[in-house]
Amino acid sequence: MKITDITALEKIAVQVRKGIIEEVYSAKSGHPGGSLSCADILTVLYFNQMNIDEKKPDDQNRDRLVLSKGHAAPALYSVLAEKGYFDKELLKTFRKIGSNLQGHPDMNKVPGVDMTTGSLGQGISAAVGMAIASKMNKAGCKIYCILGDGEIEEGQVWEALIAASKNKLDNLCVILDNNNLQIDGEIDKVGGMNNMTEKLLSFGFNVINIDGHNISSIIDAFTTAKQTKGKPTVIIAKTIKGKGVSFMENKAEWHGKAPSEEEYNIAIADLDNAMIVGK
Amino acid sequence: MNLDKKIATRQSYGEELAKLGEENKDIVVLDADLSTATKTGIFAEKFPDRFINVGIAEQNLMGIAAGLSTFGKIPYASTFAVFAAGRAYEQIRNSIAYPKLNVKICATHAGITVGEDGATHQMLEDLSLMRALPNMTVMCTSDDIQTRWAIREIANINGPVYLRLCRMATPVIYDVTDKFEIGKGIQIGDGTDASIIATGVTVSEALKAGEILKENGVNVRVIDIHTIKPIDRELIVKCAKETKRIITVEDHNIIGGLGTAVCEVLAEEYPTKVERIGIPDCFGRSGKAEELMKYYKIDSMAIVNKVLN
Repeated sequence: MKITDITALEKIAVQVRKGIIEEVYSAKSGHPGGSLSCADILTVLYFNQMNIDEKKPDDQNRDRLVLSKGHAAPALYSVLAEKGYFDKELLKTFRKIGSNLQGHPDMNKVPGVDMTTGSLGQGISAAVGMAIASKMNKAGCKIYCILGDGEIEEGQVWEALIAASKNKLDNLCVILDNNNLQIDGEIDKVGGMNNMTEKLLSFGFNVINIDGHNISSIIDAFTTAKQTKGKPTVIIAKTIKGKGVSFMENKAEWHGKAPSEEEYNIAIADLDNAMIVGK
Repeated sequence: MNLDKKIATRQSYGEELAKLGEENKDIVVLDADLSTATKTGIFAEKFPDRFINVGIAEQNLMGIAAGLSTFGKIPYASTFAVFAAGRAYEQIRNSIAYPKLNVKICATHAGITVGEDGATHQMLEDLSLMRALPNMTVMCTSDDIQTRWAIREIANINGPVYLRLCRMATPVIYDVTDKFEIGKGIQIGDGTDASIIATGVTVSEALKAGEILKENGVNVRVIDIHTIKPIDRELIVKCAKETKRIITVEDHNIIGGLGTAVCEVLAEEYPTKVERIGIPDCFGRSGKAEELMKYYKIDSMAIVNKVLN
């Protein structure tokens, strides 16, 4: 069932964010910043866009999502739990011994995870392979792939983008989670990445720039992507690392650490507040 | 057996893959701008819609193969061994071996026998790297017949496989009626003076050495280990019990490959002195394949000398 009501989707996104905080707080480790930045995108994908059925996670004709920035696993697990792929209570086992919710997504351990990722730059190649396979099979599947903006410093990403363009993969939609921060700081200062729109246009992509936290804009971008034929689309989603948690927003230090009890309480209060007043 | 007829295992690979492509429509083939050398070009000509040339981008080669396999395709991904197991090692590790995806990595131009291209292109540590990956089946075939069998057989395994192939033409050892099994070594001869345990291009060298030794009154047996992992523990232990000496020979660094694998088995199950012949932990150099085998002492005469001394 696809949800089209914007307010309803916004509320689900807040729930997804709460799940992320629960996971990272329970695990006492993990990556909250880059998980929170892509929570709205994942919410729209799983509740509004993708042709999926949580009761049939292995259906060959389903759409696929490859979380190439695998460290945002808390966001993926949270949206999958919210969607009903597994019990939300499991989120508290994230990163713990005996849990299937590994630090980075494992396709063989968690229903709904379409590709094992975690080593940056690799998921996008797998997504390209899936898009080629779907075309070979005339399956009509859409393949979505979320890349981090720090991740695109990996050379393999550009190898994959060339292949996507060469093979005219209009069934592939890449979302670039452009939160502008990587572990050591701002992306243009650490790795020197800049002019992403120009670069991606020159690689033969249909490029759409949006506010990655505006649910309507995200839906519109996916709609345009579906209508674009003969070339792949990349949505450059301008996002805020740590979005929705006051003290985490735009702070590189929250890339990979867990909140204290006090911080956890503030984070949950922030999100509860967002639930009441809307975004 | 008639060791005069020669064919490179990469040639057998290309020809058989094109035949298999007719029978199994799930097979797709990927290459990284080396299809004329790896011989996947034969498949490409016949099945252009099931052939993907990714260009000179081996990391992407492995990732695309992984993605294809999640849709039920059986990808055979080929490039030179140094770029497959070396350059794309971590892609193989994290995108293929860890998720246990059904990708067949068929790496050609392994070993010193690459020849003239020299050290940068002579992969001497691929068996070591691939052997250490959980879920990975590692194979290294010794002749045309065995390679053709392997190409077909690995399609029946649901999981990742690394198949090491060679550039140099090598003698045809087996008959078309010979049977093989993954994980089972082949004992040729029943001499008890020594067991020469070989893999890939060194199997025919070991057989030639065996003939020369016989003329000198020394009776050896040759063991062809085409599956490096899982290795045939039973056969190795049996040979250690039945023969006076164990000698391993491989076109690979002395560290980490066949010799090491044999040592691991014997150290655990039947402690025996093992004499290893291989590339002595150094990089290769340019030259003709046969010259290099002689230079690095992995040819039949080197095996003879080892046994006699």
